[in-house]
Amino acid sequence: MKRIAMIVLALILALSCAAMAVAEDLPVVKIGVFEPASGDSGAGGKQETLGIQYANRVAPTVKIGDTEYKVELVTADNGSSADKAPSAAQKLVSENVSIVLGSYGSGVSIAGSEYFKNANIPAIGLTCTNPQVTAGNSHYFRVCFLDPFQGTVLANYAFKELGAKTAYCLGEAGNDYDQGLIKFFQEAFEGLGGVTYKDDFQTNNSDFTSFLSNAQMFGADLIFCPVSIAYSTQIISQAASQGITVPVLGGDTLDSNVVAAAAKGTSIDLIVTTFYQEGANAEFDNGFKAWLAEDAEAMTNNGGNDMIAGVTCMGYDGYFAALAALQAAGSTDGAAVMAALPAVEIDGVSGHIAFDATGDAIRTSAFVKKANNETGDWEFVAEQTVE
Amino acid sequence: MRKKSRKPAVLTWIIVAVIYAAVFAAEQLLPPSSMLFTVLKKGATYALVAVSMNLLNGFTGIFSLGQAGFMMIGAYVYAIFTIPAESRPVVYQYYDGGLIQFSLPVVVALVLAGLAAAFFAFLIGLPVLRLKSDYLAIATLGFAEIMRVLIQWNNMGPLTNGSNMLRLYPSFNDFNIRNANGEVTVYLSTLVPFLIAGVCIGLIVLLLNSGYGRALKSIRDDEIAAEAMGINLAHHKRLSFCISSFFAGVGGAMLAMYQTTVQAKFFTTAMTYEILLIVVIGGVGSVTGSVLSSFLFVAASEWWLRFLDEKQIIGSLEVPLLRNGFRLVVFSIIIMVVVLFFRKGIMGTRELPDLFREKRKEAVK
Amino acid sequence: MWDTVFPYLLSGISVGGQYALIAIGYTMVYGILRLINFAHGDVFMAAGIIMVYIAASGIPLWISVPLVLIITAAVGFVIERVAYKPLRSAPRMSAMISAIGVSYTLQNLVLYITGGLNKQYPTIPVISDSVRIGPATTKVVTIVTPVLVILLVVALVLLISKTKIGMAMRAVSKDFETAQLMGIKINSVISTTFVIGSFLAGVGSVLYFTNYPTVIQTSGAMPGLKAFVAAVFGGIGSIPGAVVGAFIIGIMENLIKGLDVILFKAGLVSKPLGLAIFSDAFTFALLIIILVVKPTGLFGEKTTDKV
Repeated sequence: MKRIAMIVLALILALSCAAMAVAEDLPVVKIGVFEPASGDSGAGGKQETLGIQYANRVAPTVKIGDTEYKVELVTADNGSSADKAPSAAQKLVSENVSIVLGSYGSGVSIAGSEYFKNANIPAIGLTCTNPQVTAGNSHYFRVCFLDPFQGTVLANYAFKELGAKTAYCLGEAGNDYDQGLIKFFQEAFEGLGGVTYKDDFQTNNSDFTSFLSNAQMFGADLIFCPVSIAYSTQIISQAASQGITVPVLGGDTLDSNVVAAAAKGTSIDLIVTTFYQEGANAEFDNGFKAWLAEDAEAMTNNGGNDMIAGVTCMGYDGYFAALAALQAAGSTDGAAVMAALPAVEIDGVSGHIAFDATGDAIRTSAFVKKANNETGDWEFVAEQTVE
Repeated sequence: MRKKSRKPAVLTWIIVAVIYAAVFAAEQLLPPSSMLFTVLKKGATYALVAVSMNLLNGFTGIFSLGQAGFMMIGAYVYAIFTIPAESRPVVYQYYDGGLIQFSLPVVVALVLAGLAAAFFAFLIGLPVLRLKSDYLAIATLGFAEIMRVLIQWNNMGPLTNGSNMLRLYPSFNDFNIRNANGEVTVYLSTLVPFLIAGVCIGLIVLLLNSGYGRALKSIRDDEIAAEAMGINLAHHKRLSFCISSFFAGVGGAMLAMYQTTVQAKFFTTAMTYEILLIVVIGGVGSVTGSVLSSFLFVAASEWWLRFLDEKQIIGSLEVPLLRNGFRLVVFSIIIMVVVLFFRKGIMGTRELPDLFREKRKEAVK
Repeated sequence: MWDTVFPYLLSGISVGGQYALIAIGYTMVYGILRLINFAHGDVFMAAGIIMVYIAASGIPLWISVPLVLIITAAVGFVIERVAYKPLRSAPRMSAMISAIGVSYTLQNLVLYITGGLNKQYPTIPVISDSVRIGPATTKVVTIVTPVLVILLVVALVLLISKTKIGMAMRAVSKDFETAQLMGIKINSVISTTFVIGSFLAGVGSVLYFTNYPTVIQTSGAMPGLKAFVAAVFGGIGSIPGAVVGAFIIGIMENLIKGLDVILFKAGLVSKPLGLAIFSDAFTFALLIIILVVKPTGLFGEKTTDKV
C-alpha cells in the first residue's frame, strides 16, 4: 500500500508542476529537442543542444501568422541508444511539439523516426549523416551533409593529400553512423586504388590496444575511426601510448573540443571533416562565447571551455530552419509545418540551407580540420568539395 | 469430487473482459499520442516476457539469465521474415537487399519467432540444464552474449543485416484499420498487443494448471522427491526451458513491433536483469504478480517518474537532487527495498482468483 | 610469427592480470557464501569513479591512491552488511537477486553522479609512460601488472594459510554450520572476505583504468563478467585457479582480436574474416565448454587453497 501511496503522491506532484508551467502570457509553440544527454554520444548531444538553446536565447519568440508565439524547447534524452529512443520520441509526441530537432547520431534518429511519422510531426536532423534517416521518409529533413559525400571527401583527402595507401577502419558494432560512414569511405578509398581493412568492436569496449596492433600489423598508413566521442578519445590516447605515428582520421563526430584535448600533448595527427570552422561567422562566435561565459552550466556542457563545435553551429541553424518552417506554415500544426518545410530556405551560419527532393540539405563542401597537438585547438586545413 | 466455488473464476473472467473493453474504448476516445498507450503496449510486451521468465525461475526453479537472448532471436526472426520485399533493398543497403526475398504474414512470423527461440533453447539446454542453479544462470547469460555477437557478425549480414538495424516491418501501428484516405477509423494498435500477450499468458496458465504444471512445481520444491515420485527431471526441465523460450521469443517479436527497429545491441544482460527484477517485484511464482508489476514498472519508468529526471520548480523553490538519472536511482532503491524487505513482492505466489477466495473466507468469518 | 603474436600476448597478460585481481574477489566470496557477487564488477567500476572525483578535488596522488583503496574496501563491507547479511538464511536465489539489485543500484548511482558521461581517469605518473619492449610499445603498467598480481597473490595465500583469520576462512568455506558451532565469528570472516576482495578490485581498477583511461557506469560490467568466467574456469574457490584462468582469458581474448592478422600473415586466409568481434563471445563459449566438460574447473579438486 505504501508504494501505491508513493506513486499517487508522485503523480500529484507531477500534475501540479505541469499545471504551473502553463501560466504564460504569450501563446506557446513547442519545439522538441531529441538529443542524447547521456551515453556514448552524450557529450556531442549536449553540444548540439547548446546550439539550439543559444538560438532560442537569440530568438525566443516567433511570429506565426499574425500572432507572436513564445518558443518553448521540450527536451528528451534518448540516451545515445536506439532502444531508449522510442520512449524519448514518444515523450515529445505526447507533449504535442510542432517540430522536432535532432538527433546527434543516426541510429537514434532512425529509431525515433516512426514515432514522429505516426504523429504527423516533422523532424529536422541536425548532424545525423546516414542516408537512411531521410530516405523514403517524407517527414524527416536534415540540414547537414550526408555520409556518401563525407566518406568520399575523407577518402579523397586521405588518398590524395595524406598519400595514404592502406587504411585501417575501426567502428562500433551496431552503430549505424560508424558502419555507414566506414562503408562509404571504404568504397571511395578502394575506388581510388587504396586498400582497406576493417574491424568492429563491441559497445562498451575500452581495450583498443589489440585493434591498434592490428592496424600496425596490416601496415596501415591511416586509421579511420568515425566513432562516438567516448571511444575516439580512448583510441587516440591508447594509440599515442602505443607509439602509433600514422594519422587518425574521423568524421564530424570527432569535431569536439573533448577529442582535440585527447590529442593534446601527443604526436598523433588527428584530422576530421566537419560542418563549421570557428571564425567563419564572428557574430555567432562572439555571441555564443559570451553566453558560455555567463552560464556556468552551459560551459560545463560544452566540455569546460568555449571552443565551438561544428554540431553546435548545426543546432543553431536547425533552430532557425524550424522557425522559418513554422512561419511558412502559418500554423503550429505538425502536418502544416511538414508541408511547408520542403520550400524553406535560410542563410545559416554554416552556409545556405535548402532541401532537395529527399529532404536533405543541398551541400557541396565540407571543412577539414586538424587538431593542434600543442594547444589542443582545432586548426582549419581546407575546404573540400566533391563534384 | 470436492465442490469448488466457481465464483472466483467467473469474477476473474469478468475483470479480464472489462480490462480489454476498457483498452479498446480508451484507444478510440483518447488522443493516440497519449503516454498511456506507450505504457500499455510496452507493458503488455514485458508482461509476456516476465511471465515466461517466471515460468522458469518461479515455477520450475531453474535460474536462467538468457531471456534477452531468446527475445533477440524472436525479434530477429520476426523482423527478417516480415520486412516487405520492396523495403528490403533499403534496409539491407550494405548487403544488396539481403538473402531472403519474401515476407510472411504477421501471425506466422510470430509463431516462427517463438519456434526459433525454442529451438535454440533446446540446443543450449542439452548441455547446460544439467548444471546447478548459479552455474546455469551464468551459462545462459553467456549463451545470450554469444548469440548477440553471432548476429552482429559481418558475414551474417545477408541474413541479419550484420550489426545494422532492421526496420520497416509491420509494427503495432499497422494494426490500426484505415480508410481509403489513410485516416484511421478503428484504433487497434494497443488492443492487438494485449490480445497476443493475453493468448500467450493464457496458454502458460493452462500449462501450469495441468499435470505438467504440477510436475514442474514439484521439481521446484524438491528435485529429489520429484524424481522419486517418477517425474523425469531432464525431460520436464527441458520442456519448461523450451516453452519459456518460445514465449520469450514471441515477446521479443512484440518488442520489435513496439520499438519499430531491431538491433542486436538492445538485448543486453541489463535487459534480462530488468525483467528479473520485474518478476521479483511481482512475486516469484505468481503470473498475476508478473503482469501487474510489468505494467507498474513500465508506467513508473516511462511515465510517472519521468519528472524526477528534470528540474522542477515548486513556487520559487527548486527541488534539489532532480536531474538526469535520478529516476533510476529512486527506482533502484525501491527495488532494493522490495528485494530485502518485501521478498514476496506484490502477490507472493497468489493469483487473481485467490484474492476473491480470501475475501470470501473473511466474509464467512 | 613471434613478432606478429607478441603485441597481443603483451596486451593479454596486462589485461589478464587486471581480471585476476577482480576474479579473486569473486572466487573468495563464492568459496564462503556460494554466492555469485554480481555487484563485484560494479565495485571495481565504482573504485574508478571514486578515483576520478578524489583526483579532481586536488588531493595529491600519493594520498588519493591509498584513499581509493580504503574507500573501495569500505564499499564492499557496506554492500555485504546491507544487501547480503539480511538474506543469509533465505534461499540462494534471493541473495543472487539481491546481488543483481546492488549491481543495478551502483550503476544507476554512478549514472546520476556523472550525468551518464565518460570520465577521464587521472594520469598516474611513471606507470602511464610509454615503454618499448621488443617489437611493441606499451605503457609501463602492462609490465607492472603481472608482477604486482603475483606479489599480491603470494601475500594472500600466506594470509590464508598462516594467519588465524585465514584459518577461519578456510574453516568457514569447508563447512559453514560446523565452523559456526566451533565459535568462529562468521560475520567477521565474511566481512573480511568482502574487504579483501574489494581492496583487490580497487588495485585492479587503478591498473585497468591507467591502461584504458575512461570510466562510465557500465565500465565494470564486462570486466566483471570476464573475471567471473576466469574464476569458474580456474575452479571456483581456488585463488591460484582464478589467477591462471584470468591470464588465459586475457591472452585468448586479445589473440582473437588479432586472429585475422595472424591468419592473414600466416597465409591461411586471403582476406580478413572480421573475427575480432568474437573476442567477448569466445570467453563465454569457453565458459560453457568448461562447465559441461569439467564443472569444477582447472584447479577445482584442490581444496587446500580453497577459501
